[in-house]
Amino acid sequence: MSTATTHDDHHHGAPAGLMRWVKTTNHKDIGTLYLWFSFIMLLIGGAMAMVIRAELFQPGLQFIEPQFFNTMTTMHGLIMVFGAIMPAMVGLANWQIPMMIGAPDMALPRMNNWSFWILPFAGTMLLSTLFMEGGGPAFGWTFYAPLSTTFAPKSTDFFIFAIHMLGFSSIMGSINIIATVLNMRAPGMTLMKMPLFVWTWFITAFLLIAVMPVLAGAVTMMLTDRNFGTSFFSAAGGGDPVLFQHVFWFFGHPEVYIMILPAFGVVSEIIPTFARKKLFGYSSMVYATASIAFLSFIVYAHHMFTVGMPVAGELYFMYATVMIAVPTAVKVFNWTATMWRGSMTFETPMLWAIAFVFLFSLGGFTGLMMGIAPADMQYHDTYFIVAHFHYVLVTGALFGIIAAVYYWLPKWTGHMVDERLGKIHFWWSVISVNVLFFPQHFIGLAGMPRRIPDYSLQFADWNMVSSLGGFAFGLAQVFFVFVVINTIRGGKPATAQVWEGAHGLEWTVPSPAPYHTFETAPEVK
Amino acid sequence: MFANTLRRTLCSLWGALVLLGAGNASAGFADSINLRKGVTDISHRVYDLHMMVFWICVVVCLAVFAVLIYSIIMHRKSKGAVPASFHESTTVEIIWTTVPFLVLVGMAVPATTTLLALEDTRDSDISIQVTGYQWKWKYDYLDEDISFFSVLTTPRDQITGVAEKGENYLSEVDNPIVVPINKKIRFLITSNDVIHSWWVPDLGWKQDAIPGFINDAWTELKEPGLYRGKCAELCGKDHGFMPIVLVAKTEEDYAAWVAEQKSAKAAEAESAGKTWTLDELTAKGEQVYNTNCAACHQANGQGIPGVFPAIAGGVISTGDMAAHVDIVMHGKAGTAMQAFGAQLSDVDLAAVITFERNGFGNNKGDMVQPAEIAAAR
Repeated sequence: MSTATTHDDHHHGAPAGLMRWVKTTNHKDIGTLYLWFSFIMLLIGGAMAMVIRAELFQPGLQFIEPQFFNTMTTMHGLIMVFGAIMPAMVGLANWQIPMMIGAPDMALPRMNNWSFWILPFAGTMLLSTLFMEGGGPAFGWTFYAPLSTTFAPKSTDFFIFAIHMLGFSSIMGSINIIATVLNMRAPGMTLMKMPLFVWTWFITAFLLIAVMPVLAGAVTMMLTDRNFGTSFFSAAGGGDPVLFQHVFWFFGHPEVYIMILPAFGVVSEIIPTFARKKLFGYSSMVYATASIAFLSFIVYAHHMFTVGMPVAGELYFMYATVMIAVPTAVKVFNWTATMWRGSMTFETPMLWAIAFVFLFSLGGFTGLMMGIAPADMQYHDTYFIVAHFHYVLVTGALFGIIAAVYYWLPKWTGHMVDERLGKIHFWWSVISVNVLFFPQHFIGLAGMPRRIPDYSLQFADWNMVSSLGGFAFGLAQVFFVFVVINTIRGGKPATAQVWEGAHGLEWTVPSPAPYHTFETAPEVK
Repeated sequence: MFANTLRRTLCSLWGALVLLGAGNASAGFADSINLRKGVTDISHRVYDLHMMVFWICVVVCLAVFAVLIYSIIMHRKSKGAVPASFHESTTVEIIWTTVPFLVLVGMAVPATTTLLALEDTRDSDISIQVTGYQWKWKYDYLDEDISFFSVLTTPRDQITGVAEKGENYLSEVDNPIVVPINKKIRFLITSNDVIHSWWVPDLGWKQDAIPGFINDAWTELKEPGLYRGKCAELCGKDHGFMPIVLVAKTEEDYAAWVAEQKSAKAAEAESAGKTWTLDELTAKGEQVYNTNCAACHQANGQGIPGVFPAIAGGVISTGDMAAHVDIVMHGKAGTAMQAFGAQLSDVDLAAVITFERNGFGNNKGDMVQPAEIAAAR
């Protein structure tokens, strides 16, 4: 860069006012924007979950009509996946990856701004469908054709456009992360010295670039089926409704790893810090992540065991699917070995990380059960599945994000989190989330299908338990908003290292991290 | 009501603990928290497979959790634990990659044989076509020329909470599918509109009903009985309201049922020939409407604005008769309006059209006879 730098202020600090956020190219500002956006979406998606649990509190239709119930389950899923979890992960990447690899910023800062600012418009467009004639999308977050094409409300075209925009944003974010990791590492920071969070995101970015265009293809075919007389997914016109599911799940299965891999990275940062011991099996963790990413492409049709695939196809997808248990088990064993004979303390981030290991494992075990094709003929499309994916996405991905926020918040704000509040939030959440989701295993096995607004009487008791847990868990996340704002406004000043056992470049800069860090690259030995 | 359910819930939670402690769950309680064993060989094999994988998961889970919990208790700084310095071991990594792999192979073997048996639909004795409609099932007995729809019978008042809910709330239908025992029954499963999924848990499987495709599945029941199931794939507004009831009968009872169906069909064909009065048609039409039309156009004929048009004061129901007959018989392309000509008899069509023109305050005063419908086909 030019040495003739001028002495304007924004080289040293953030400009003031609203335009700072609109025009910013600073990775920390953009990370903050992503995180607040996803936080708001979490609360909106969570409010929809509260509507669902309120309707399911008792058998019978109490509050909402079935069509609106379907809209709620659809929008809850879409908002949580595309609005809450994915942007939160990108927000963490924006804040942390440059600081963890000793880079001054992301490699493509202007594109970074754009990839964020698409999101509020896409999110608004998606939410606006709720107020349109005929109601919002009501075909599930998996939007199977032909329910989402011939039989869908008019607002579906807005949903399609919103998905396209979200896809653009994700692809640009991923290109940026790959470019940053490949080009911006400090001298001496070889690939195999990168922190595991950077590794998991690096691999995730490739998954995103590979599958978001596939999703875009799926929704584009829907668009032309709906409006331009094509019949990709319409059997009446010579098309194939099952083709939709193949295309969707070729995106959808890697997508679940897109949501969980960065959380693996977060936990792999936190556990060594609070066990005061190096991560066990660093290189096997990298290889396991890469294996999971590769396997995620070749197992997708295990979501489709009941569509009538040839039996050879079912066998192949069953074998490939259960194989994922191997690298996943390796990860859990490595975290366990890291904690073994460490010197552990249990600050809030560590509590969330440990809860992640326990509860994600439960979700992993039910995943293995569903990989067994003949048994999945029973589990498929029941609350057992709902329980499974909420264990991996809520107590997995979301707990990983919350752990990351508690872990890095002192670095971002310069204030330590009030441990008492953090621990209240933790215990409140971890108890209520199990009251919420564990009984869903029972009602699913007992025969309750998913996505129904009303149910037979034998499911009443556990649904009520689940709803009570749901309300408590929802309220706990409102408390989380309070904890975060409380930490931003004040608290014990954080040191540069923040946590006694923390290692890594981000802990060498002051807290709060200055607006620009590593303008001169650090030397990594 | 709340208090009662809550008390029952606490009791069952307590029951869960006691029973788990005793290691001996009663059948009723086990059914409320675990997969149903079902009533066929296949469902038993699926159940056994489920329990085997479940217990393997429990053992592995407890082993890992025990190590984690021991470590959390013993290796904490407050107890003076000093961190060890080890951070890798190729031997250990190889062991804990290989062992899970071998366990998985062990699971895959019985899973494969069960799957092959489950998918083997050859050499069946009876074929029944199952067609999903929004939101009902149609059963066609391909060998017997018997065909009927099966629709939820739970009254609307129970759903909205006006009336007390019955024992089989949302699990009861007008015409159950009837099958004989000791015969290999092959189901040919398809759909008329969106994707549905035909699932009776006691048979041990579900199979998607996909428009344009015919999937097959099979079962063989040993004992007469009544088994309930649900549509398992989201199929639109009333996905939660299209249950399945399957009745298994002895071979003699089944033969009697077949004969009864055939004579009922002959009687209906006869009634189509006579001339009906307006009152007869509207009375019959109201029943037909509630079974086939009310899900979308609503019981009060008001429809749902923007999605399902109103019948009360509707453009078609108060307009030209020929257009009305046409849309009911042939549906409207690109919408949820189905072609009921293929689903309903001449009498039912004449009745429901007449009802729509004279009910809900439309009072057109005109009617259409079954014979005219037959002519319009």
